[in-house]
Amino acid sequence: MSFSRRETILMALGAAAATALPMQARAAIEDAIAAFTDGAEPGEGGITLTAPEIAENGNTVPVEVSAPGAASITILAAGNPTPDVATFNFGPLAGAQAASTRIRLAGTQDVIAIAKMEDGSFVQASQEVKVTIGGCGG
Amino acid sequence: MADNVTPRVRVPRDAAAGDTITIKTLISHPMESGQRKDSDGNTIPRSIINRFTCDFNGESVMEMILEPAISTNPFIEFQAVVPESGTFAFTWYDDDGSVYEESKDIAVS
Repeated sequence: MSFSRRETILMALGAAAATALPMQARAAIEDAIAAFTDGAEPGEGGITLTAPEIAENGNTVPVEVSAPGAASITILAAGNPTPDVATFNFGPLAGAQAASTRIRLAGTQDVIAIAKMEDGSFVQASQEVKVTIGGCGG
Repeated sequence: MADNVTPRVRVPRDAAAGDTITIKTLISHPMESGQRKDSDGNTIPRSIINRFTCDFNGESVMEMILEPAISTNPFIEFQAVVPESGTFAFTWYDDDGSVYEESKDIAVS
């Protein structure tokens, strides 16, 4: 079976688009991480992210973050239309560098928490959350 | 101003000096993400609470920046150190410029 020139070009465009799409999503989350860390690579350890393994309802997923000694913690959702979820900045009267909230997840994806420590270093934790019903109104 | 925005805060009524207490806050707000479409197919514009602050006697406990990915009726739980008696001030800032406030006193022995 041979393809016409037109069909070959259309197939090539389709293949190029298919490879480009997941690359866009990956770029958005990497940009979001770099924006918080000013380009630095976050290390591991010293931050705890607690989220359910399976979220029944993507509209309200409970998450908790904790990073003793952190100045701020940001939460990102790698598979949402925009990755930013929340940022907590702890003041002098914070009893612990920890907080809980409820977030929307569009589908199964990695949730990432990055803490900026008081010495300017960054640490991150991530967890995949399986979502049965997406939470972006779609 | 979004309609019927009601803040609710749970703070212990008393504590010992230097204790760490847990504070839970809830505010009723639709948190319209800007992702939904109405029945005509038009995108419903974003309208969310984008910032929350908690101060105690004028000093900062914490601040949260909220994005559209925070669920409807934002729930925020965190910890505060209470050095003395005083008042917690909670403030929520809406995209549309509205500011919602709540305060709670605590007696410290």
